[in-house]
Amino acid sequence: MSDITKQSLSELIKNIKDKKLSSTEVTKAFVERSEKSKELNAYVTEDFSAAIDKAKKFDENPNLDLKLPGIPMAVKDLFCTKNVKTTAGSKILNNFTPTYESTVTQNIWNEGAILLGKLNCDEFAMGSSNETSFFGCVQNPIDKDLVPGGSSGGSSSAVAAQLTPITIGTDTGGSIRQPASFTGIVGLKPTYGSCSRYGIVAFASSLDQAGPMAQNVRDCALLHEVISSYDEKDSTSIDFKRNNYFKELTNNIKGKKIGIPKEYRVDGMPKEIEDLWKKGIDYVKDCGAEIIDISLPHTNYALPTYYIVAPAEASSNLARYDGVKYGFRADGENLIDMYEKTRSEGFGAEVQRRIMIGTYVLSSGYYDAYYLKAQKVRKLIKNDFDEAYKKVDAILTPSTPSSAFKIGEKTNDPVSMYLNDIFTVPVNLAGLPGISIPAGHDAKGYPLGLQIIGKAFDEQNLLNIAYAMEEKINFKNKITDWWIK
Amino acid sequence: MSIDLKTIKHISKLSRISVDEKKAEKLAGDLNSIFEFIEKLNELKTDNVQPLTSVAETTLKLRDDEVKSKNLREQIIKNSPQENEDYFVVPKVIE
Amino acid sequence: MSKDKSEYLINRKDNQYEVVIGLEVHAQVTSESKLFSTSSTKFGAEPNTQVSLVDAALPGMLPVINEYCVKQAIKTGIGLKAKINKRSVFDRKNYFYADLPQGYQISQFKDPIVGEGKVILDMPDGQKEVGIERLHLEQDAGKSIHDLDPKNTFVDLNRSGVALMEIVSKPDLRSPDEVNAYVKKLRSIMRYLGTCDGNMQEGSLRADVNVSVRKKGSKEFGTRCEIKNVNSIKFMQMAIEYEANRQVDLIEDGQSIDQETRLFDTKKNETRSMRSKEDAHDYRYFPDPDLLPLEVSDDFIEKLKLEIPELPDEKKKRFIEKFKLSPYEATILVSDNETSNYFENVIKKSDVKLATNWIIGELFAALNEKNLEITQSPISAGNLSKLINLIKDGTISGKIAKTVFEHMMEGDKDPKKIVEEKGLKQESDPKALEALIDKVIDDNREKATEYKSGKVKLFGFFVGQVMKVSGGKANPQLVNEILKKKL
Repeated sequence: MSDITKQSLSELIKNIKDKKLSSTEVTKAFVERSEKSKELNAYVTEDFSAAIDKAKKFDENPNLDLKLPGIPMAVKDLFCTKNVKTTAGSKILNNFTPTYESTVTQNIWNEGAILLGKLNCDEFAMGSSNETSFFGCVQNPIDKDLVPGGSSGGSSSAVAAQLTPITIGTDTGGSIRQPASFTGIVGLKPTYGSCSRYGIVAFASSLDQAGPMAQNVRDCALLHEVISSYDEKDSTSIDFKRNNYFKELTNNIKGKKIGIPKEYRVDGMPKEIEDLWKKGIDYVKDCGAEIIDISLPHTNYALPTYYIVAPAEASSNLARYDGVKYGFRADGENLIDMYEKTRSEGFGAEVQRRIMIGTYVLSSGYYDAYYLKAQKVRKLIKNDFDEAYKKVDAILTPSTPSSAFKIGEKTNDPVSMYLNDIFTVPVNLAGLPGISIPAGHDAKGYPLGLQIIGKAFDEQNLLNIAYAMEEKINFKNKITDWWIK
Repeated sequence: MSIDLKTIKHISKLSRISVDEKKAEKLAGDLNSIFEFIEKLNELKTDNVQPLTSVAETTLKLRDDEVKSKNLREQIIKNSPQENEDYFVVPKVIE
Repeated sequence: MSKDKSEYLINRKDNQYEVVIGLEVHAQVTSESKLFSTSSTKFGAEPNTQVSLVDAALPGMLPVINEYCVKQAIKTGIGLKAKINKRSVFDRKNYFYADLPQGYQISQFKDPIVGEGKVILDMPDGQKEVGIERLHLEQDAGKSIHDLDPKNTFVDLNRSGVALMEIVSKPDLRSPDEVNAYVKKLRSIMRYLGTCDGNMQEGSLRADVNVSVRKKGSKEFGTRCEIKNVNSIKFMQMAIEYEANRQVDLIEDGQSIDQETRLFDTKKNETRSMRSKEDAHDYRYFPDPDLLPLEVSDDFIEKLKLEIPELPDEKKKRFIEKFKLSPYEATILVSDNETSNYFENVIKKSDVKLATNWIIGELFAALNEKNLEITQSPISAGNLSKLINLIKDGTISGKIAKTVFEHMMEGDKDPKKIVEEKGLKQESDPKALEALIDKVIDDNREKATEYKSGKVKLFGFFVGQVMKVSGGKANPQLVNEILKKKL
């Protein structure tokens, strides 16, 4: 039974299709392991008995032509799931049960998958360590008291710990790629507009994207095929010809040109990260691809730009959480009192901080100096990539400036926390796809990731490069099940 | 650009989040260090740059004038904090 | 246009003040579904039954724009002879209120869909051109009901998200009369276009009125106050009068005007200040990242131009030239499309002059009395046409026609039938009339003599007698002719 949870998504699908395993067996295995893993605190809501019921129902009349036949899956608690509590990691939505489903999760259920439960995350996706969640920190399965990254910390932890064969997270400034790097798994943030944002609790509308978080690139490609779709209900959804990402996956990247941006070599970059990047360059060459030095001159301005644009949009997106229609409401003497109490009690400190930043940068007298300026710099950042892509097909960088840090280590210094996103943020600002693959370990034995950034809508090429490199890297995640009693 | 307590109180009013003195001081501190970091943008000259309108490389899709959403009252009021079946109920605004 | 127009001025002991008015009219777009969501816009539904997940601002919900609303806005812009902006942007206007579920209103700030245009007003002393600054699309808010409960406000979101066109005029209006004409003209144009039904009782049309005053002859603008959400023309006029006088009184008293937002209290007929907070106006506009800029092609606009019907100004011109109507008559008949259509149907087969008089006179009076629109007229155009023809061909007199008309108002009957059934045909046979007249003259020999010897006033008496004897059916014209001969 325990072997089931060690299998990759592709293996499980094959076994179910070959009738070697039933959905019930598979689902029960993941439920059992999840139940033993409460110390990780990866789940906010468990839907285990319903999952087993659905698995049984699937087995009665299995449709084996589906892409995810009877596969149990937990998802980040930012996706609205019909009739299952959806909290966004926040007290203000702790009593909220949607009557509707997000498009991305609907796509997944349509292909036969079964909801296991909702995974913990930083509150409203704001954070890089899963420490801002109302439901408490998540443990990184790599080691005790280590953060799993964020905001999709519950997701990355659950996949690395094999509580779910695969999952989806969301990425606004690195929230899929950074936790993937911290937990030794694969995380893909697709091109902006590739996956529908309908039914995903919005953080920063021009940056948010849903994406797969998996144990390997093949699994990642498979899930991406399912979740990437054009959705009329999302005006920023893009109708482009999507590849059969899984079917067309190849490790042949001979002749591809991979760019190495010099500006990513930041001051004080730890030697381990530098070494990992160099190794990555070697792997690329091993695959028959070519290394080209490029420049992305405005890289250093990406983080400040992000910390204007994202909070600005968030301050407006979170205005709807006012205690009037749904969610937590505090008693107030009058309407304004009710608003103020509801929002200061319902939102955690980081969310309140970002709402304040966002409100300030949009406010009268500051709009031009901050928000407008940031949108202009964003244009420059995007131009940098457009220029670079005239010479190269993809770009290789480290995913994070360090491996996972200890819980509590950075909570007192917001800026130091923000610096976690230094390599991932430019990708969101430019709307490009980016993938993090585990590429090595640091001296402590903690995983380190390499990021590959692709051209817009070019996920196939991106996945191929990741696939080829993954094979060369041959990464083994060191999971000891320390949390299981 | 230094953010003082007065500004914090003003922003908190605009964002409908209550702050007491202690909280306001902490926020002022946090925001000041964040803004020091953000000020870096002033190093760049952007007078002739067009602001980015969207990274979504598409045009705004127009939908047909069809009524697709019918009476959802039960669904939308279901999650509201008050008992009323027909209306959302909130404390009065002081006029 | 004469320069010595009758001006609207506020008079005080030593000074005269002129009033400067600008209007921001909010017109609800006629459409089936809302601007960014697919729920219905029908008026009068049970509370919260026309609210979609998007309208209720549930987590993860996103706006998708209604093409028809875009078309309606452009058509209105064409009707206002305005510049259509091929590229426009939707911005979020951020503020908190119970009837604003998103915590922001999607509107257009810097780049509206329609730019500058103009509206021509027909005033008693000539035409006046009023400039339009812009027209933009935005979401309407829901309704807050304050009087159902002493401690609480009840919120109905049915109206939340309905498409509004905000039409901003330049500060070119100078009197309550001009405001009346302006709003009526706007309403008329939009009704012709079918872009807004202009039904003020149902809230389809309301306005924020900006009022300032200045000494007569001054070129500078005074400080203005905004009177929000006035939902009838009468209230707009009353509010302007009150506000202008209030401002003048302050100035005369040596005080300055505070720029503020005010409400018109319909019970006390005065404006009062809304409790203003310093931050009340920081809407923190920014382009809505859930939407992209709206881009329409020349082709798209040209196709819409083809759908524009003949508008009031053009129709009025045509009526004056083709049908030789006076400007006054033409203005009334083109004030709405339904009336002008009715008129044109009536005159298809009957006399223009008579039709004009009957429609503007009898018909309008009768409809007003019964509180009916012309579309609800009990008398069809066809039948009114027949009635007019009966007068024209002498079958009945104008006076009898009034009686027939009254019967027709009870139910749309063929006037010919009524005349027959009630025996109202006028007597036009000269021989029969002669006989009648002879008898009357015979019966009144003395008066006849008096008349012949100079008492011309007695003519009326004879006419009256003939009419009496004939039961009112004698053809008055012929009676006159024959009597003249005989007397």
